Amino acid sequence: MAVVKLQRPKLNFGEKIYFGALIKGFILTMTHAVKSLLGKSVGAETLASSGLGVTMQFPEQRWDDHLPEYYRGAPALVTDEQGRERCVSCQLCEFICPPKAIKITPSEIPSDDPWAKVEKRPLEFDIDMTRCIYCGMCEEVCPEQAIYLRKDYLITGLKRADMVHNKKRLYEIGGTRVGLVNKWNELK
Amino acid sequence: MARHIRARTAPGPSSTSIRYSYQAMSDTPSATAEMKLPKDFAAEKGMVNVQIDGIWHQFPKGTRMIEACRQAKITVPHYCYHPKLSSPGNCRMCLVQMGMPPRPTPGQEPQRDDHGFEPIGWIPRPVIACANTVSENMGIRTSGELVEKCREGVMEFLLINHPLDCPICDQAGECRLQEQSVQHGRGVSRFIDMKVKKPKNVDIGPRIRLDDERCIMCSRCIRFMDEVAGDAVLGFTQRGTHTTLTVHPDRLLDSNYSLNTADICPVGALTSNDFRFQMRVWFLKETPTIDVNCGTGTNITVWTRGNKIHRITPRQNDEVNSAWMPDSHRLNFHYIDGTSRLTEPLTKSGDKHLPSSWADALESSAAQLKEIPAHQVAIIASGRMTNEELFLARALAAEIGTSHLALVPRVDAADHLLVAADRNPNTTGAKLILETEDPYAGLDSIRAGVRDGSIQALIVLGEDLVTDAGFTADDLKKLRFLLQTSVLANPTADHAHVVLPSAAFAEKRGSMVNLSGRLQRLNRAVEPQGQAHDDWEILRDLMLALSGEKNEAHQIEDIFKVIAGAIPAFSGLTLSKIGHQGTPITETGYQIPLLANERARKAAGLING
Repeated sequence: MAVVKLQRPKLNFGEKIYFGALIKGFILTMTHAVKSLLGKSVGAETLASSGLGVTMQFPEQRWDDHLPEYYRGAPALVTDEQGRERCVSCQLCEFICPPKAIKITPSEIPSDDPWAKVEKRPLEFDIDMTRCIYCGMCEEVCPEQAIYLRKDYLITGLKRADMVHNKKRLYEIGGTRVGLVNKWNELK
Repeated sequence: MARHIRARTAPGPSSTSIRYSYQAMSDTPSATAEMKLPKDFAAEKGMVNVQIDGIWHQFPKGTRMIEACRQAKITVPHYCYHPKLSSPGNCRMCLVQMGMPPRPTPGQEPQRDDHGFEPIGWIPRPVIACANTVSENMGIRTSGELVEKCREGVMEFLLINHPLDCPICDQAGECRLQEQSVQHGRGVSRFIDMKVKKPKNVDIGPRIRLDDERCIMCSRCIRFMDEVAGDAVLGFTQRGTHTTLTVHPDRLLDSNYSLNTADICPVGALTSNDFRFQMRVWFLKETPTIDVNCGTGTNITVWTRGNKIHRITPRQNDEVNSAWMPDSHRLNFHYIDGTSRLTEPLTKSGDKHLPSSWADALESSAAQLKEIPAHQVAIIASGRMTNEELFLARALAAEIGTSHLALVPRVDAADHLLVAADRNPNTTGAKLILETEDPYAGLDSIRAGVRDGSIQALIVLGEDLVTDAGFTADDLKKLRFLLQTSVLANPTADHAHVVLPSAAFAEKRGSMVNLSGRLQRLNRAVEPQGQAHDDWEILRDLMLALSGEKNEAHQIEDIFKVIAGAIPAFSGLTLSKIGHQGTPITETGYQIPLLANERARKAAGLING
């Protein structure tokens, strides 16, 4: 690897006493102060701020409408158009999960179930949100398009047990997702 | 340049490789006539020279090409070939390129290179490595464009009808089709037609589930049931892409060896009902140990995650169980974390057993034992105990000063393969350790002693006297003191004054000697449940409580060291020297029937392994 020698920049007298930079910064701050008082600061409208600058008044005001498409919130399980739970408990997410937040207990689908041909589904599916780091590896690894990082970011609880999302809670957060590949239909 | 030729005298890991160099032929042609050629050196030992991927090796005549490659540490991908079964050559995955020396015209001297080998004329078509045998001066190429194209083609054909079941398939993670699809497949399907539909989730037997769509028709299961289990209930019906594996219409796959078919199935067509959907294999830790359900001492692998055993599979040992094990032994592990497992020491007060601490339980046992004269105390040990535990049981008898020490015999029907009539795994070890011809001999006199009142206290180590040893509840009620160590709650423990929870076979270390005199090692796969202790620790602590003297046994190796010094058959051995394949230490003359069958088939050239 080549070594690049960098020259320290030569500073003139004005730069050495850094007084000019102080003034510059002060002017910038004052500009924003005046703008925010006039309700003209950047994002004042789009972020639905209180009018006093860009500060969002949480929790009265929420981020929900302003999250980008790629935002990674709480991981959750989804059902498809037919109401089938997509997870087949292959446990790849459990395997890939870097902080070991996921715990799955697999089970067999009984033969009288309309989706008996899928054979396998999770009996229990727990995600420990005190461990989850929102990395999205579970979503990436899922071969059945069953787990997605939704935009829920307000994950709170009074006890550690509250912070473990069970299967029921995960489907509540996840809801239904349409337009996914459905290999368990008649043709596969 | 003198090239080294690797010579192999015998197949298997024990083969010693002899290196010698064939001297370059001398310049004078007259000398070549007397000079021995590599083929002559090999022929003297009944072997042939074979070049595999450019390196010359020697193999015994009749070795299959795939086995020769395996011994040369080159894996040829395959599905249908199994070293313990015949080779029908129907999966075509093991295609390799073969070459033989060109046949000389009449009168022509064969050409030879500097090392005395004839040049190899490569055949432009591939051959299967599993059903062809090696011959003198043969060349095998396991890579190259031809071989790789062939493998890719075979993989594509095999995957045409294979369903995308991997996320729900129990075989995922140990599936040969998955692995070789990654290594040799093309990655993308070009098949646009409908896949052939076949029966899924078929119930073909009490322990095995069949998925015909996943089957790649390697016929390993069919050959296993026919050749090894001797119960040919499986077969193919239909033809072409519709070939379907089925069980005979009036029969079920209910042989006691049926789960071995799930082991050898290279895909997820046959899966175990017991292990079905329990856990993905990539989470499981493998512990090599031995089975304790009969005197054969089948070598097994215990698959665990955390402190839970998920399954047991056979581990190859050609001197004990080949590559197989009976279902009855394989599935006998659920009791370890079952509901009747004892997890804490119990002492009886009145009619009830109350949980107690180890120190209190041992102390009260010692105090009660000391009140009873030594000749009125008897120890009933178990043939399921390890050598170390038996040795300590003998030491305990000496500590107490009693001569009443006996084991409980356990005999059941033997099958003609692996299950022995003697269901105690360590009868041979007990004979050696207790230095008696019949360790079960004293049981009758102990039972009689209990009945006539000459024995007042019993120490029962891991046995249930009511169910297995012919005692009645009334006999046990007569006793002034009854101490029981046990894994599970049982009728004897009901009457015991002190119950000490001990470790199951997968929770302890130690050694046992099987019926054919092979010393084998138990390894700890999981920690003992609850407060249960290793049996040898219980015995040591009981001796400590009785004598009040500290002993030097801190770990099980210390016990084995003492055994090695005291019992001639064990001299010079340590637990680690036993190894995963065991060590023969005594000659009993017992033949494991399955191995006799296997050796006969090997001698007849039907199998290679």
